Amino acid sequence: MAIQNNRLTTEQYEQNFSDIHPPFDSREAALVEANRCLFCYDAPCTKSCPTSIDVPKFIKQITTDNIKGSAYTILDANIMGGGCAKVCPVEKLCEGSCVFNLMDEPPIPIAKLQRYSTEKAIAHKWPLFQRKPSTGRKVAVVGAGPAGLSCAHALSREGVDVTIYEKESKGGGLMTYGIAAYKVTPEFCEEEVNFITSLGGIDIKYEQELGKTISLDELRANYDAVYLGIGVGVARQLNIPGEDLTGVEDAIRFIYDIRERGYPSVPIGDKVAVIGLGMTAIDAATQAKRLGASEVTIVYRRTQAEMPSTEVELNLAKLDGCNLIWLASPKEIKGENGRVTQLICSVMEMGVPDTSGRRSPVETGKTIALYVDMVIKAAGQVPYEALVSTNQLDHWNGKIAINGEATNLPGVFAGGDCVNGGKEVVDAVQAGKDGAKAILNFIQSE
Amino acid sequence: MADLSANFLGIKSPNPFWLASAPPTDKQYNVLRAFEAGWGGVVWKTLGSQVKNVSSRYSAVDYGGHKVMGFNNIELISDRPLDINLREIAECVRLFPDRAMVVSLMADNSREKWHELIAQVEDTGAHGLELNFGCPHGMTERGMGAAVGQDPEIAKMVVEWVMERATIPVITKLTPNVHSVVPTGRASVEGGTHALSLINTIQSITGVDLDTFVPNPYVAGKSVYGGYCGPAVKPIALKMLTTIAQDPVTARVPVSGIGGVSTWKDAVEFMLLGASNVQVCTAVMKHGFRIVEDMIDGMNNWMDEKGFKTLDDFIGKSVPTITHWEDLDINYHIVANIDQDKCIHCGLCYIACEDTSHQSINLTYGNPYNTYSIKEDECVGCNLCKLICPVDSCITMVEQRKGDEYLNWKEFQQRGMPLNDH
Repeated sequence: MAIQNNRLTTEQYEQNFSDIHPPFDSREAALVEANRCLFCYDAPCTKSCPTSIDVPKFIKQITTDNIKGSAYTILDANIMGGGCAKVCPVEKLCEGSCVFNLMDEPPIPIAKLQRYSTEKAIAHKWPLFQRKPSTGRKVAVVGAGPAGLSCAHALSREGVDVTIYEKESKGGGLMTYGIAAYKVTPEFCEEEVNFITSLGGIDIKYEQELGKTISLDELRANYDAVYLGIGVGVARQLNIPGEDLTGVEDAIRFIYDIRERGYPSVPIGDKVAVIGLGMTAIDAATQAKRLGASEVTIVYRRTQAEMPSTEVELNLAKLDGCNLIWLASPKEIKGENGRVTQLICSVMEMGVPDTSGRRSPVETGKTIALYVDMVIKAAGQVPYEALVSTNQLDHWNGKIAINGEATNLPGVFAGGDCVNGGKEVVDAVQAGKDGAKAILNFIQSE
Repeated sequence: MADLSANFLGIKSPNPFWLASAPPTDKQYNVLRAFEAGWGGVVWKTLGSQVKNVSSRYSAVDYGGHKVMGFNNIELISDRPLDINLREIAECVRLFPDRAMVVSLMADNSREKWHELIAQVEDTGAHGLELNFGCPHGMTERGMGAAVGQDPEIAKMVVEWVMERATIPVITKLTPNVHSVVPTGRASVEGGTHALSLINTIQSITGVDLDTFVPNPYVAGKSVYGGYCGPAVKPIALKMLTTIAQDPVTARVPVSGIGGVSTWKDAVEFMLLGASNVQVCTAVMKHGFRIVEDMIDGMNNWMDEKGFKTLDDFIGKSVPTITHWEDLDINYHIVANIDQDKCIHCGLCYIACEDTSHQSINLTYGNPYNTYSIKEDECVGCNLCKLICPVDSCITMVEQRKGDEYLNWKEFQQRGMPLNDH
């Protein structure tokens, strides 16, 4: 057993990381599905979209060959509608509420249709949005992730000059760095960021990190308002013995490496355990398998009923051949010569419901041992608590507290994962829109 | 098993499904394939003086992802030499003696030309003639086709010429490009025609190419009005057919129904409204001759279910139910009912009623699913919600009579009863 890179041939990597949701082959194929759409009134799909995309309208526009209009409808509500079409867990959002489900018929493939329109817009660089003349107002946005980009775009459309400070060398945030490569490619993420900034009035300064190269005080002094879309940080510590052994990886770092360094360069174990069962855990487990791990086991301390992942995502992992162990909580990582050899888990059972009716897993006293050479931690991410508290921002366990979209510091607004602790891309986009609205109100009333 | 055999003016066919005079019937090869597939008869594509066709010839209207809801052509009558047509007709009659062979004719405008053509066609052994007074394009400019059918006097004169010479049954085909088909229908009957057929195609432009700005079909930068047919014209054909079935003069002769017949159901509807048989074209141009299999089978099963043994048991059965508006019963009142168990919450009924009708549907907000219910007091029973509801039998119309007795508009007025106050 060993952790090593370069396990597969170029063809195998290409095959394993090809798009799992391929686009429509042709206009005709898109039209067959678009024409199925009933054009619901006050549509459940729209209500189930955090950014409230007018889904029936954009689909209707596909049927009339008004693809520009369709792309505008989508992107006006969600400037990252292109990426969201690839990464949204639509089975629990728009497609999950499509009325066809109530007839036991397949829902409209909304994401695929959304991709059809937005990919054309992004590929052809359609100038769908015009910026109002500059108002001379300046806003700093920290973080070029979905929340920050969405906020910046909405502000710039209104004539505000926006400067985004991004700690990485590319924009897109978790879209670029934190999602399985077979869902969205780094190239697409870059095109999407370029499409957003092509509006003008948005200047992204890369490799600028809050608390290191820039300070909040400085930004507050130099701009009319500041928007914090700084996301969340590394994977949650397990706080168990052996966590520092070689072979214990952070899922976020692991996924980041796959996207940044290229598939052959990323080392992977023979037998890999993934801890947690959110979207990130699935992305880590499936990609571990696709990098050539012979055995991948997902360990989750609750049952399927409580898992944060959707069933569609879980099935992805199952189809990739990942094993699942329910009701197993990591207790200790054992190793030899400083390297991981075993993951010991407590066998759990669901306890009696508490006063809120929620049941928590409790130890049974039994343990199991998994013989693995790599452990990937994906049991949630930790907010930047130190950074937040140093800057005198009110927070809950590191999650920035907001009222409306405003923090306790005048002129400082926040949204996205740094506020909610980590939700979907589409939630962050909406947070950015809301933030922009609040900022516009703020700077206009100043 | 019901008996589907048809007898139209003594012309017998194993079923009432004929192919209409059109490209599918313009040569032996196609007609033999049609007979092999099971078609009861054909009306051979119109013969007349020599013509030349252009390219392209057809265009279509698609709707909601369905191709060829309506179809349009600018073809003329047969462009093949007459002697070849006549030889092939004779051969088809010889090979399939049990099928109906009717030949469509459009002679030049003289008694002699008609007589000459009829004599030549009768020599083939064909069972009947159909006079093409309907073609709306190409031939009209030469004073033929619809130019004849649009003028009852001329139509009557030509029919009389034909009847002087014809020894086999004569069907006169009517054009729909008139305000009413009845005057030409009557004139043709008075001129002696044995039967009528309708409708021919409707003058149309199916659409304009948004890049070239030239309407369809495109012929070297130009287009012309074409003849429209296919499923889209069926309702117009049914209405025209019914006016012929109800008129005391035209009702004296049998009618062959044409216009968008695609399935056995369409055929049954035409026959219920007075057609003795039907002619089909667009549907086979879209799917091939094989569609006749289900037409035969479906009509057979339907007749068995209804207890009809022969076609005569139901031909014309629905004609008396078409009445005058002022004879409708005003006391008849229905209101919509939404089956909440079947409702999928699409809101289509609500927005249609709210925006365009009588604001008779309640919306109760839900996330993501709203609930919709009928305001019975407001509902006028228009059917709109039921028609657009995507779920079968989810919205039904429930009878809630305004009064027990039959009450028509005249009596309503005489009694001075109140009109709507809002």
